[in-house]
Amino acid sequence: MPSAVDQYNDEELEDIDFTDIEERYRVELPTGFDTVVVVDNVPKVGEAKKEKLLNVIKKIFKDIGTIKENGLHMPVDSKTGESKGYIFIDFETPEQATLAVKQGNGHKLDRAHILAVNRFDDIERYTNTNDQYEEPEEEPFVEKEHLKSWLADPRARDQWVMMKGDEVSIYWNNKGDQPDLDHSRNNWSDMYVSWSPKGTYLATFHKQGIALWGGPTWNKINRFAHPNVKLIDFSPNEKYITTWSHEPFITADGEHHHVAIWDIVTGSQLRTFPIDTSAAGAQDGKQKIDWPMFKWSFDDKYVARLMPGMISVYETPGMGLLDKKSIKVDDVKAFAWSPSEHILSYWTPESGNIPARVSLLRLPSREVVRTKNLFNVIDCKMFWQATGDYFLVTVERAKTKKSTTTNFEIFRLREKDVPVDVMEVDPILEVTNIFWEPLGSRFALLAQEGTKIVCNFYQMVAAASAPTKGKKAGPSVGDVAQGVKLLKSFDAKGTNQIIWSPKGRFCLLAGVRAFQGEIQFWDVEDLVMMGSGEHYMCTDVEWDPTGRYVTSSVSWWRVQSDTGFTMWTFTGQQLAKQSVPLFKQLLWRPRPPTLLSEEAQKKVKKNLKEYSKQFEEEDAAQTKAVTREVLERRIKLWNEWSEYRERVHSDYLGQADVRNDIWGFDPDSTQDSLPAESLEEWVEEVIEETEEVVE
Amino acid sequence: MVNAKQQSPDEMSSTVGRLSATVCRPARINDFFYEQRPILLHGHTRSLTKVKYNRDGDLLFSTSKDSKPNVWFAHNGERLGSYDGHNGAVWDLDVSYDSKRLLTASADNTCRLWGVESGKQLYQWNTRTPVRAVAFGQGDRIALYVTDALMGQPSTIWIVPIEDDLENQTDEFIRKIVITGSKATVASWGDLNKTIYTGHEDGTITIWDAETGEQIKHVKSHTKAISDMQWAADYGYFITASKDHTSKIFDAKTLRVMKTYTTTRPVNSAALSPIRPHIALGGGQEAMEVTQVGGAKQGKFETRFFHLPFEEEIGRVKGHFGPINTLAFAPDGRSFASGAEDGFVRIHYFDDDYFDFKYEEESMEL
Repeated sequence: MPSAVDQYNDEELEDIDFTDIEERYRVELPTGFDTVVVVDNVPKVGEAKKEKLLNVIKKIFKDIGTIKENGLHMPVDSKTGESKGYIFIDFETPEQATLAVKQGNGHKLDRAHILAVNRFDDIERYTNTNDQYEEPEEEPFVEKEHLKSWLADPRARDQWVMMKGDEVSIYWNNKGDQPDLDHSRNNWSDMYVSWSPKGTYLATFHKQGIALWGGPTWNKINRFAHPNVKLIDFSPNEKYITTWSHEPFITADGEHHHVAIWDIVTGSQLRTFPIDTSAAGAQDGKQKIDWPMFKWSFDDKYVARLMPGMISVYETPGMGLLDKKSIKVDDVKAFAWSPSEHILSYWTPESGNIPARVSLLRLPSREVVRTKNLFNVIDCKMFWQATGDYFLVTVERAKTKKSTTTNFEIFRLREKDVPVDVMEVDPILEVTNIFWEPLGSRFALLAQEGTKIVCNFYQMVAAASAPTKGKKAGPSVGDVAQGVKLLKSFDAKGTNQIIWSPKGRFCLLAGVRAFQGEIQFWDVEDLVMMGSGEHYMCTDVEWDPTGRYVTSSVSWWRVQSDTGFTMWTFTGQQLAKQSVPLFKQLLWRPRPPTLLSEEAQKKVKKNLKEYSKQFEEEDAAQTKAVTREVLERRIKLWNEWSEYRERVHSDYLGQADVRNDIWGFDPDSTQDSLPAESLEEWVEEVIEETEEVVE
Repeated sequence: MVNAKQQSPDEMSSTVGRLSATVCRPARINDFFYEQRPILLHGHTRSLTKVKYNRDGDLLFSTSKDSKPNVWFAHNGERLGSYDGHNGAVWDLDVSYDSKRLLTASADNTCRLWGVESGKQLYQWNTRTPVRAVAFGQGDRIALYVTDALMGQPSTIWIVPIEDDLENQTDEFIRKIVITGSKATVASWGDLNKTIYTGHEDGTITIWDAETGEQIKHVKSHTKAISDMQWAADYGYFITASKDHTSKIFDAKTLRVMKTYTTTRPVNSAALSPIRPHIALGGGQEAMEVTQVGGAKQGKFETRFFHLPFEEEIGRVKGHFGPINTLAFAPDGRSFASGAEDGFVRIHYFDDDYFDFKYEEESMEL
């Protein structure tokens, strides 16, 4: 059998054009020129100046790498005798060549001669590139699913995702009744799952990277390849995502990078960053990751990162440094964005004669909005109120050598010149945390007083009307400073967290993780505890996005027994308790902010009764349907069991003769064969004892 | 304005959820035992292994790891006496129909027959390994006991005659059934002494032909050791307790699982109410696994009551400081006894509420 080639004679073979096949199967051989760079824009010189020029060039690249012997070659035009204006340099290693490109490129020899350094291989590659513009192939349009479809649920229910063992499931919440399963998949995520801030996407973690899912059928929306990714951070408007892996990946330039920022919609990688290991995190040889490392401005426009002695602000989507330079702040310790404006807050500690300082900086103008100097500062912590109206800094100061005091500096951003309220905290109290009410002007403080745990609620009062007469008697009320009113101070035994309802007014005090699982439900408007409960060993407590329900849960990641979750109303009534083996995570799906205008919202509030009437009817119908279902199931079970019992019992009675033979009598006869014994029990009780002297 | 409602810690812990139990109405978890105080029987120095009422329900027998079985007046908890003689933990007991004779199974490699009234030992079978279970056959003329697998000896069922006249009693056995595979942890007679049912360490339930010694059927519906097996009065079905945190009701003939009750702790004992469609489960965290911090709360040492056909929890009774090892309903169904790792036996009489308590569905037609 002749082979395919034998069918053609040599002549025919020569006519065939094989270039496309050759092109396709060409083996990429190392050119051996990877140590060679080409330096352009070198002055054209004659024989006389040649030696001098070469010395200058040698000097420039001396510090970058070792040039091979005879590694410097300057071609000379044979006609004019002048050099051609470029030089080849052959380095010892490819790394040195790479460095030469990076550092030598753009070197100013003089005004007219700015060196252009390129790898030899690159030049070859670029000259081989087709000059003709090729239209990229247009991808056919694929209709995408509605990503916010869950908001259109006819009963306006909320969703949650639950991870149990390797199974990830999304449920519809039914006010504590049996939830409806929306979607479930095994091994959906290798680690944990996370919602995007507005609930559009569900992020899952895999060895290869992050995948985002959404829409009514939970299709994959996009994925971001980042090997062994461990942490992610969404921008507030879900435009971008930051990913971090402890394992560096190597960029095209051969650098080791840990962080990548991606565009969620296109899936393209915007920029990658190395981690500065000399940064504050790298103490004790153990790298502590301060996450999110890149902080987003409220509108996704900027992303900023703390670097030693500066804050680097990048502008999206180009991801270039804002105004091409970082904001230099010597010794800056921490920074934060305002949640509603392009204002950066940061603080610097004391050094020498310069006091510690908290500053507010407006971007992109870099105009300083306000600074405040502070003395004897040990530490500052910054807390922005959710709408950016107030900015609170807790300042820990050395009082004596051993003791410290804490005070609050509260910046009022909505008032002229940004006045600052200063409030001293009772020195016995060791402040552990501050929690701002979302959408409100109240905040809660959790502090330790010896072994006692104290919770204080404060309210911001308009500065003008701030009554100094509010300073009533009593040491705790003495904390009232101008503009800040102490609402209530109480013993918050057994709690270590304050979690505000997303709609404000209500909050939870909970003792989670290291604590026993005590939960208190507070109404801060009326300053009463509405209810309390306990979810033993509870590890997480979360509000639903509407502020009507609370879930407390025990995650298998932290506690290996009695895992599961409990659902409560916001008043602390327990609706349901479910023990789920291998329960790992429960996260409510966030909702985007309402699209209604303030007037429309007011109108809804005004006519709430009418609306709720309709909802109550729906609820009643729903409950009735569920009741009906349960009722029918129970009646069925009961009838089945009764039937079974009767059958079994008649079987038993059918064997009566055999049974009586075994016993010699009927063991089930109610008439006892033995004469009934009557037992009498005497109970003697001494009612009274009196002693009388008998004469 | 929101109504501030505060619940006492007691109420909280006795409430279980509607997700798992009832779906659409307030949780029906009741405290049936507020009015009458329980009777505490403290006569054992170590953990209880078995409590059992006699047929009349006036006597309560108990065995424990302390080697001295006790008998008590069920109505007031007074101790009638103890049966002295064993030299090791006593694992199981059975009492004859006429309440005259008592059988005990012990880890001291003996199975003993006692006169209930006299407290005297009437007979003793010596075995090579500990005796795990013992049971009178119907008619009280035969009995079985099960020896443990140990030191090369297989787990074995021994069927022995019980003579009315002790003069004639010998240690000859009628039949011996060698159990291959996982060792038996519980054993009892089927109806009419035709079959023997054993529960095993691996969760298997086996039916043996008592006359031929052949294995008739076996199922492995539980995943961990069977810790208890109690029969319905008419031998149609039985309830099991297992370390796999569940209890199941099996049809005796087919070994089909009729009902399953799921808890969050190992179940050591399960009992069927003789008068109500209810069951009781006892158990709790294994004693050695209970941490000091959690204590009784984490251990969940409660007797839990479930509605039999609906498989829904209807009540809980707390009180023990250790896992409950054994449960028994009084024959009249008006009280129950529980024996626990803490060495106590508790007798609880039900409140009147309990007898009134009924699901509407029990008397409804579809």
